[in-house]
Amino acid sequence: MICDECGKRPAAVHITKVENGKKSDIHLCEQCAMQKNLLSLSTSFSVNDLLAGLLNSGGASQIKAEMVNEVKCNVCGLSYGKFRETGRFGCGNCYKVFGERLNPLFKKVHGNTSHTGKIPNRAGGRIKVLREVERLKQQLDEAIRNEEYEKAADLRDKIRDLNNAGKGEA
Amino acid sequence: MKGWVLGSGPQSDIILSSRIRLARNIADVPFPSELHAEKAEEVIDSVRNSLSKSESTPEFKDYIMQNLAPLERQCLVERHLISPGLSKNCTGGAALISSDETVSIMVNEEDHIRIQTILPGLQIKKSWKMASDIDDLLEQSIEYAYSENWGYLTSCPTNVGTGMRASVMVHLPALNITGNMNKILQAVAHIGLTIRGLYGEGTEIVGNIFQISNQITLGRAEEEIVENLTAVTKQVIDKEKEARKVLLERNRIQIEDKIWRSWGLMKNARVMNSQECMKLLSDVRLGVNLNIIGNIPTGLLNEIMIETQTASIQRNSGKELTASERDIIRAEMVRNKLET
Repeated sequence: MICDECGKRPAAVHITKVENGKKSDIHLCEQCAMQKNLLSLSTSFSVNDLLAGLLNSGGASQIKAEMVNEVKCNVCGLSYGKFRETGRFGCGNCYKVFGERLNPLFKKVHGNTSHTGKIPNRAGGRIKVLREVERLKQQLDEAIRNEEYEKAADLRDKIRDLNNAGKGEA
Repeated sequence: MKGWVLGSGPQSDIILSSRIRLARNIADVPFPSELHAEKAEEVIDSVRNSLSKSESTPEFKDYIMQNLAPLERQCLVERHLISPGLSKNCTGGAALISSDETVSIMVNEEDHIRIQTILPGLQIKKSWKMASDIDDLLEQSIEYAYSENWGYLTSCPTNVGTGMRASVMVHLPALNITGNMNKILQAVAHIGLTIRGLYGEGTEIVGNIFQISNQITLGRAEEEIVENLTAVTKQVIDKEKEARKVLLERNRIQIEDKIWRSWGLMKNARVMNSQECMKLLSDVRLGVNLNIIGNIPTGLLNEIMIETQTASIQRNSGKELTASERDIIRAEMVRNKLET
């Protein structure tokens, strides 16, 4: 069969259209179909469709999956099943409720499962201290390796102070 | 004209603007898609109140989507001050825009808060610092949805972590003409970046203008994302310059001809659709960069680019116009702007 549009190349895409009860068949080659945007999926294909696809690609058994789908967020009421459909969270609390089963999705999307960036002052005071201690510890190791003992002592004091301050708050 | 449109930043011959967007949500409040009108109003109020607490921030003006005509909203989109998504959210959507148009805080878009800073030229780091300062200010009175493990929590899992999208708007005519864009597209995808059209996700590429932005938001620190994007952008600039040099060396007369023809059309055409206008602007911009056409400030070309868009033309004319009416006015505007 030859393409209806260019009349040259063989038809590879066959479309049956029903408009106002009238049926018509169109046969197009790949190039002409592409030009007519018939092969493009972008119209009804969003990021969230893709995400939903990723979420549903796990290998869990049917029964287990159904139980998990019923897990519901106690703040906004979104169920895990609904989240799997839409790929959208309803509120920040959903993350807490759905918990670790979100990690495979994050791994697929970002290649990572934990945040290493900015920490808000209010919600993240404790984490900030922990990260700072971690950073100082690395410097301390390096100072010891380089036999910079004076610097090492300084760093050790700083770490102690931070740890103590943290305890005082808690 | 204000903000990035002035076109006075570093590398502004190739980089039109540098933008940072931070997505933030309020703890224990449903995300905007699930929010009632009243609650949405409260979110707007709390953002407005936290801004007013600081004296160092610039003056902000409120734009409540519900109170704006569709044309007005579209104009804000055309100037990159709000996203197409926000312009469609009439129930609780709002934007607080600084008087110099460098900071725009979108409220109740996909997330409760989206802080956007946009500067002319290549200034991603500075843009990030500005956004982060606004973020700190808002956080003084708003408790964010945040998790130790996953960072800032967002409506869409693709934004979780830093909630940050850093992007540059670049003009790459020579790379496009020489057929090298595909290579660049593939290369940047390998390192967690993506290239899109002028108005972001799902928009068309017109006038050789592209947006390069980070894709990954979880597991990379903001500074790292900013440095990465800056480094890649600098390389893209070098490649574009190289392509321009090659073009000039091998096809000088053809390039000059193309540029002068486009210049002739811009100065003389009586009917011009927006796509043609963007194409001509790209040629003329290249001509200015290559010193083929002199004495046209980048800011003027940016201004023409923004003001000749569909909604802006109609707003300037004070009425709705058909496409063919717009094409006539567009041609006239372009001629007038180039006269002065």
